[in-house]
Amino acid sequence: MSLSRKRGILICLVILYLVANYFVYTSATATTEPINDSARSGRLVFQKYNCVACHQIYGLGGHMGPDLTNVMTEKGEPYVRSFVENGTQRMPKFEMSTQELDDLVSYFDYLGKTSEYQNSNYSFTWYGTVNQQEPTEKKL
Amino acid sequence: MIRTSRLFAQSGLITLCIGLLFGLIAAIQFISPDFLSGIPFYKARPLHVSLVVSWIFSVGISACYSYLEEKSLLRFKTLSLIHWGLYNITFVGIIISFFLGSFGGREYWAFAPAFVFPILLSWILFAIIFFASVIKVKDWPVYLWMWATGIIIFIYTFCEANTWTIDYFSNSAVREISIQWKAYGSLVGSWNMLVYGTAIYLMEKISQSDTYSKSRIAFILYFIGLTNLFFNWAHHVYPVPLSENIRLLAYGISMTELLILGRIIWKWKSNLQENKAFKNMNSYALMVSSDFWVFFNLLLAILISIPVINFFIHGTHVVVAHAMGSTIGINSLILFAYLYYHKQQTRTKLFNTAYHLTNWSLGIFLTGLILSGTLKGMARHQGENYYQIVQTIEPYIHSTLLSGCILFIGITLLIISYFRSSQAN
Repeated sequence: MSLSRKRGILICLVILYLVANYFVYTSATATTEPINDSARSGRLVFQKYNCVACHQIYGLGGHMGPDLTNVMTEKGEPYVRSFVENGTQRMPKFEMSTQELDDLVSYFDYLGKTSEYQNSNYSFTWYGTVNQQEPTEKKL
Repeated sequence: MIRTSRLFAQSGLITLCIGLLFGLIAAIQFISPDFLSGIPFYKARPLHVSLVVSWIFSVGISACYSYLEEKSLLRFKTLSLIHWGLYNITFVGIIISFFLGSFGGREYWAFAPAFVFPILLSWILFAIIFFASVIKVKDWPVYLWMWATGIIIFIYTFCEANTWTIDYFSNSAVREISIQWKAYGSLVGSWNMLVYGTAIYLMEKISQSDTYSKSRIAFILYFIGLTNLFFNWAHHVYPVPLSENIRLLAYGISMTELLILGRIIWKWKSNLQENKAFKNMNSYALMVSSDFWVFFNLLLAILISIPVINFFIHGTHVVVAHAMGSTIGINSLILFAYLYYHKQQTRTKLFNTAYHLTNWSLGIFLTGLILSGTLKGMARHQGENYYQIVQTIEPYIHSTLLSGCILFIGITLLIISYFRSSQAN
């Protein structure tokens, strides 16, 4: 393969990559649910205590504990507060301030509104993709 | 190995030893959370991950320097030592910060954002040294293309992984999560470029022929790999509500990996013939076993990229199997092959034990993870709650952890065997 051909392929790929990146950074990831200040602080609390070491968001993270994307819609606020305040056999009791806990709850609340992870209302296409319909009423 | 390459190799081996230890601690904590409560799981895991990622990068960088030093191409030697110093000082800082409980709290890059700057600086230094050294080399073999790509893509994706610190990106969880995992997908691709480049460089040295590294097929496979690095990251985030076009693009592109898979199968017979010629070489034995793990992981990667399969196994231990299979079976074995190449190639009993123990226990380890993940995925879709799922998969997790402990012994023996053969020289 000649050098000019290699360069040509590389330049084409890089241009396509940059175009795709622009799409990903803008319209492909646009959402109607903007984050509020409390949820934004809650995300930093989630990061400060390195919760992702054990928990997942949208299935991404550690496997020591459950996925937390829809924990608010599925389990409710008292459940979340109780777990964080008291810990369990597998989860340490974190010494969070009231403000930190409020913000964390806000973050989970916000996450739950973005979508439903492992939506139980789905169908498959013949070419192997998944159509996810509106979340089930139970989860809303 | 001379100077900088040797220094990076030594750093890599040290981080691997400590990383393995934290991996063992985290594994025991997985079934017994009170074990070593001074280093809880949420500290042990990022310590393990950061240390083994550093092992991969350190030895990958070492291979690049080794090429430059061997061909007498290395420019800015002092700068290369500064590169090594900066890389390691930053890394020690990260480890201390983890012990003190200071986290940035991101998956993989769990360190505080302040460490981004020295890391970035060290990679920019590396890029300057590398490109200044190879700029005049004519007719680059494919591994130079791969190393160059790995360096550039690392810098780009590392910046991308930290866009969460900018309001525009963090204002939407969908955007933030998507870009984080897009960056991570390509970031893994960047270290794969360093490691696979090292593998081809090593094969060139073992076979004493540059026919393959300058061949048309090598470049075709490189461009397929690069296309996948650029566009097939979305299987990480199929469940995140981002544009359907991104998913379809990733799905379509990932199927081009079938060509690489086909090539591996096609080459199997000639690999066996080569095997006869080099069968007594430690490095070659490690390369051959990594070839098998490439096949295994590529197959797993292709399956994970199919949305219907991904839907069931996303967020389960199958994905862990893919990550561990790649980092141990492919990356680590290739890097060990590179390290062993610089030592005496006598097949000792210790090496053989370590080699077989590592490969067989890795096989059992990955099988356990795949079974656990598959059962978890099925149980989840049958509506079982988290605690029911944990009980269902518990026996498989225990067997996985047991094989993980044997794997720990196998890799430790590989390290001991390496140091012993180095003393023999």
